[in-house]
Amino acid sequence: MNNNRKKILIIGMGNVLMQDEGIGVRAVEELENTYHLPQEVTVIDGGTTGMGLYEPILNCDQLIVADAINTGEPYGTMVRIANDAIPSFFQTKLSNHQLGLSDLLALLTLKGEKPEHVAIIGMVPHSLENKLGLTEEATAGLSAMVEMIVLELSELGVELKERCQCRIGHWRKEASLEVAACV
Amino acid sequence: MTTRITVDPITRIEGHLRIDVEVDDGKVTKAWSSGQMWRGIEQILVGRDPREAWTYTQRFCGVCTTVHAITSVRAVENALNLEVPVNAQLIRNIIQTAHAIQDHIVHFYHLSAVDWVDVVSALDADPVATSKLAESLSDWSLNGPHEMKAVQDRLKTFVGSGQLGPFASGYWGHPAMKLPPEVNLMAVAHYLQALDVQNYANKIVAILGGKTPHIQNVAVGGVSNSISHDAPSVLNIERLMLVKNFIDKLEPFVKSAYLSDVPAIGAFYLDWTTIGGGVNNYLSVPDCPQDSKGTQFDLPGGYIDNADLSSFKPITTFDDKYFRDGVAESSKHAWYKGDKALHPFEGETDPQYTDFQDDGQYSWVKAPTFYGKRAEVGPLADVLVGVATKHEGYSKYLGQAMDTIKAVSKNPDIPLSAVHSTIGRHAARAVRCAVMIDTLKDQWQKLVDNIGTGDLDTFNPPAFPKEEIRGVGFHQAPRGALSHWVVIENGKIKNYQAVVPSTWNAGPRDADGQIGPYEASLLDNPVADPEKPLEVLRTVHSFDPCIACAIHMVDTEQNEIIKVKAL
Repeated sequence: MNNNRKKILIIGMGNVLMQDEGIGVRAVEELENTYHLPQEVTVIDGGTTGMGLYEPILNCDQLIVADAINTGEPYGTMVRIANDAIPSFFQTKLSNHQLGLSDLLALLTLKGEKPEHVAIIGMVPHSLENKLGLTEEATAGLSAMVEMIVLELSELGVELKERCQCRIGHWRKEASLEVAACV
Repeated sequence: MTTRITVDPITRIEGHLRIDVEVDDGKVTKAWSSGQMWRGIEQILVGRDPREAWTYTQRFCGVCTTVHAITSVRAVENALNLEVPVNAQLIRNIIQTAHAIQDHIVHFYHLSAVDWVDVVSALDADPVATSKLAESLSDWSLNGPHEMKAVQDRLKTFVGSGQLGPFASGYWGHPAMKLPPEVNLMAVAHYLQALDVQNYANKIVAILGGKTPHIQNVAVGGVSNSISHDAPSVLNIERLMLVKNFIDKLEPFVKSAYLSDVPAIGAFYLDWTTIGGGVNNYLSVPDCPQDSKGTQFDLPGGYIDNADLSSFKPITTFDDKYFRDGVAESSKHAWYKGDKALHPFEGETDPQYTDFQDDGQYSWVKAPTFYGKRAEVGPLADVLVGVATKHEGYSKYLGQAMDTIKAVSKNPDIPLSAVHSTIGRHAARAVRCAVMIDTLKDQWQKLVDNIGTGDLDTFNPPAFPKEEIRGVGFHQAPRGALSHWVVIENGKIKNYQAVVPSTWNAGPRDADGQIGPYEASLLDNPVADPEKPLEVLRTVHSFDPCIACAIHMVDTEQNEIIKVKAL
């Protein structure tokens, strides 16, 4: 393995207990279970945390974040916000987590240790009820979101190979059990 | 003239909180605390395997993941009357104590300090004078003039870029900002250093918990860490030494910088040691169990009535009847059906949304009571209980903080009762953080010693009976007494209620119309400028609010700006 490769961190953000709020976590789970990821790519289920992500972000060169994003566009719209667009995006807008990703990135900027590339990839959520399973619409959009992450990686020079057999991730399995229990 | 101010949402907290106050002659005369988010996450747990509940509860909140994991397994263990091996207790204690240290540091430096520190004013400071000042306060190693200059230069570039990021919601130049530029610069330097320090605590959680943000090693009946003296892939001496290394790195910052910064800043805000007292009843639960049954604790718990330490009544075991029988939740003024205060085992969560009604229902948070009284939970309660029980560490570090505020303010007459205040809550958190350092060292030593005796047990397997069983698990969490209440039948969860610290503190009026701690603490607060109610934020932030809703979504629509409405 070439040690000079840039370290890429992919964080899935969101609350998996609140339907589409968890789309980011579900998207990176799908990514890991569909593709072989090279050593320089690390995937983290960030949940709804902020400060806990300080060290992983500090240690990466390039950062991709998957999250639910409410831009006011129609439900299911795919969103990509990258680099210089991120601070202005957050300028007057508050995330629900006051010490969330935007603040963390600002603090790293202040410390002079911000990753050289940051991209947020997201989807406008449909419903945020207290359930594990995604809405039908979000389920349909999940693979599109995964493909956007694959594309982002490809632009960073990383081509992924598909797994011979797609694995099923923890939250996908739990969500399917929930549906079964409801029937 | 009465002015009504609505702050919605309160920023730099976890979750969505709305505060309304009525101001007369520049002072708050009435206050309402309103949780703006429905929290029905517990419903997901009904019907599930109690052994897995913790994997869900640690997703309640983005800050308190570990806290809810540990409390959940304690609740199930309590229902089963299941003993937990001493090694497992100690490993959990180390994880939760490290988490508490991280949480307190982040709360003061990264979430609250900007209520008191004018970041922009730090640009006017003289770095050499700043260094001298900082070195007069403590022996923290990163107080040199070069460090201060470097921080100031970086801040200049940052502010110059027009992107204030986390500082954007601060009230620069507000008349209530009182610190000299040098104190502001010192605070900004420690703000940045605290980022690395909090991470040392996070590393301890990661080493023992398997990973962060969500730990993996908790289990009903113990922990899943295997212990060996020398096997490489398990908890061995090498990994324990790594933990010790990070404990040693945490200690100087907490005991030197944090424990002196808060009283030093407080010395410039002496009026805030007389403002912001709450309901004056304090509740804390014991923690850091030392035996498998949970009957001996390193951190004391109990109840103090009306700020009178001699009224202290202890809570002594995980099975304590005094605690278990005393808790009730009222939803008379919350958006749920029913008026009567109910015990958590009987708790109901049927939503009934009205609108914001001053004299009716106005919050999604219920109002908990302890034997019919409102009680404040959190570090201030923990410290007072520590003093009431003559706990060595609490008395020592509280004394140290009092000495600093007296020395910096040149006012030797500040009474101990000054802790019942907005600044007092921040000071109590710093004191508790110093106690947590000693606790962490102690729990680590006990774990090493216990393993040294040849005891490698970490897990007792649970077995569930068919009949209904009930249990409560509690934890002295960073924000205060947290309890999970579980009813299990035939090995499945039948009811689950979490009474979280911010429910105690942020709750609305109760069944008897008594106001809650946030509401009580806001009365008589000055408000210099109704358009910029910095004073309201100061007092509410002093509680370290965490409304446990755990929504992360990046929302560009509903929260364009903070709405501050002055009518």
